[in-house]
Amino acid sequence: MRPILALAAAALIAAAPPVFADDTLDVVAQFEIQSAEPSTSGYIFTRMGVAETLTNADPQGAITPALATEWTTSGDGLAWTFAIRDGVTFHDGTPVTAQAVANALNIARAKPGPLAKTPVTGIEPGDPAVVITLSEPFAALPAYLAHYSAQILAPAAYAADGAGVEVIGTGPYRITDLAPPLSLKAEAFADYWGAAPNVPKVRYAAVSRVETRALMAESGEADFVFGLDPASVARLGMSDAATVHSVAIPRTLMIKVNAGHPALSAPEARQALSLAIDREGIAKAVLRYPEGATQLFPPSVGDWHDDSLTPLAYDPEAAKALLADLGWTAGSDGILTRDGERLALTLTSYPDRPELPLVAAVLEQQFRAIGVELTIDTTNSSEITSRHADGSLDLGLIARNFGLIPNPVGTVLSDYAPTGDWGAMGWRNDEIVELARSAGRGDGGDAARARIAAILQTELPIIPIAWYRQTLAVARGVEGTVIDPWERTFGLQDLKLAQ
Amino acid sequence: MKTLVTRGIQALMVAVLIGAATFAMMRSLPGDAAYRIAAGRYGYDNVDTAAADAVRDELGLGGPALPAFLAWLGDLVRLDFGTSLVTGQPVIAEIGHQLGASLSLAAAAVLLSLAIGPPLGILAGLRPGGAPDRVLLVVSTGLKAVPQFLMALILILILSVQFRLLPAAGHGEARHFILPALALALGLAAVNARIARDAMARIGAMPFYSFARWKGLSPRQTLLRHGLRNVSVPLLTYLGLQFVTLVEGVVVVETVFGWPGIGHALVHAIFSRDVPMVQGTALFLGLSFVLINAVIDLVTARIDPRRTA
Repeated sequence: MRPILALAAAALIAAAPPVFADDTLDVVAQFEIQSAEPSTSGYIFTRMGVAETLTNADPQGAITPALATEWTTSGDGLAWTFAIRDGVTFHDGTPVTAQAVANALNIARAKPGPLAKTPVTGIEPGDPAVVITLSEPFAALPAYLAHYSAQILAPAAYAADGAGVEVIGTGPYRITDLAPPLSLKAEAFADYWGAAPNVPKVRYAAVSRVETRALMAESGEADFVFGLDPASVARLGMSDAATVHSVAIPRTLMIKVNAGHPALSAPEARQALSLAIDREGIAKAVLRYPEGATQLFPPSVGDWHDDSLTPLAYDPEAAKALLADLGWTAGSDGILTRDGERLALTLTSYPDRPELPLVAAVLEQQFRAIGVELTIDTTNSSEITSRHADGSLDLGLIARNFGLIPNPVGTVLSDYAPTGDWGAMGWRNDEIVELARSAGRGDGGDAARARIAAILQTELPIIPIAWYRQTLAVARGVEGTVIDPWERTFGLQDLKLAQ
Repeated sequence: MKTLVTRGIQALMVAVLIGAATFAMMRSLPGDAAYRIAAGRYGYDNVDTAAADAVRDELGLGGPALPAFLAWLGDLVRLDFGTSLVTGQPVIAEIGHQLGASLSLAAAAVLLSLAIGPPLGILAGLRPGGAPDRVLLVVSTGLKAVPQFLMALILILILSVQFRLLPAAGHGEARHFILPALALALGLAAVNARIARDAMARIGAMPFYSFARWKGLSPRQTLLRHGLRNVSVPLLTYLGLQFVTLVEGVVVVETVFGWPGIGHALVHAIFSRDVPMVQGTALFLGLSFVLINAVIDLVTARIDPRRTA
């Protein structure tokens, strides 16, 4: 036995990794690479700085030039001209032309994604610009072009049917090895049009378990670890291997409500459910955030967050009174009944985000306290949308991203004008439809946005619970971290390895 | 030769049964497959009815079950496993990529468990009831009781985080093997050791074993000449059964260590209703079970010719 043990020990010591001995920055996140297809895995390519879009967004959500240097609209707002940046080459050495850009955008538009939901009627190459024609004015168009699915890849990146077969982008990093589902290697692209990146090589690894990701940060093995959970953050805070960064992002934890359900059709019933939720308790105990949501839009969505709105409150007694006014009376087991019907609802959720089932369990107790019986069904995320489609959803606990495109009007239009797979259900408010469309066209301004927020706050077609924060850990010795609240980039090209 | 023929027929039946069973199971699962596949492709932020409809149109889902199954069988005869519904890549390419990673991990785990378990088991079995025997009983029961998920995390905490000896996760270099293989091997060794111990105790108590001592062989010679060969028969037979435990463990351990293997692929394929991937993966796992048992049959027949005589 002894020789075997000695051998094992020797192997262990020999295998000890030299920390920071290489020129490669190791990035770890939960997202798995499916293939070279931009509509499914494109967000990894844009985040890693491999592929780029026509436009970028700054942290405040202002749209800035990227592969397009400037854009103008025709007088009627039905034609947009995007000037393509001069002298940019793809990673295969071919130039970025208006034809190549139009080709990439037309392929993207034919696949499911935000671009398919815009009133775009045509994308044509001009010289040296790309002209996009619309069926109605649409001010948010540049924000849609910042979405990862609208990334610009070289014509050789697509098969004849438009499927992505190779990632040939324009970004600061060029892929040297793409090995789905778990890894990607890239090196600095010598002919990059912008500032050359500081770190010569980057490597991406998908690690689905958050525990493992946190331990990789703690052991110093990964330099940039994305998507940490509250428990790991607390642990990493005590470690000297990595620094934890955190920023509020435009994503809200909320309950999607079927307003067509007989028990939930009255706004008072939805308000009662809202009053039953102890948001501060959930935020502090489950999510370990400083505060719960007081309205749908988090403060990070500056234009849409309205400080003057009356905050959502926690008041179980008021909730009970509202339900009593609606004719509900408590049965022998404490659950409310009306005309022989029990107030029993099913809450559908999904485990892709680990906090959702935990919050669901807390909600079950908080709803029981006002006499509402909740059955939790944790299943596949697509059940939210399929039960929305067939009308069988009661309540859904979801994490909704308002930053799919760096302008929340996109999500507002798809979710509340009048309903959406991840928004309102069985609910129709003509005023909000009109306001959202005018916000989409670009008129209406602050007044329209404030009115939309106010309607959602009183009508509660969805019940906000908490505003998310994005948390990541960066190894000591790596400088220049900036977290993008729009979740579009890891900002690798700005990182520096301190010597 | 006869064994091989029997195993060959078995393999064929396994293939058809696995295909039919996975197909029936995937079909009878609740929920709309188009939505599940769309969620698998586009993620929870982007799955909606429009995406599900696009998937349904593209894949022609929702047709009758029997023709779809027969088509799969027909393709299988031509060794065509189809393409993944989620990634659009050929199933055989995905499995080829992932099976290699899993097999090398499993092989490392089995070898490691054989290096740890049987020597300790034989040591304990030579003196049943002695101190090594009692310690082994406690340790192996304890190890077997630790879920592999927890075992993996404990190993990472001790060896990666505390002592910084090994990488916590990853794939591609030799040092990435040690932790996942060890996490799997400790569970296997816990049982290995018990099997070896019981076999050794049983053989050690047999008259022929005592006779070997009386005729003047040293304890060492007795063990090497008369003990090991006898102990190895139940050990090898059991190894075939342990393959099931191994597959189960590979699924968990691969997820924890970010290992791009077949267990990991199977879990994802089931979540997103990727029927061709599930069928292909299950088929390969089932066939390797038959193959491993065939190999073990042959080896045990060599070790113990009495059985085939």
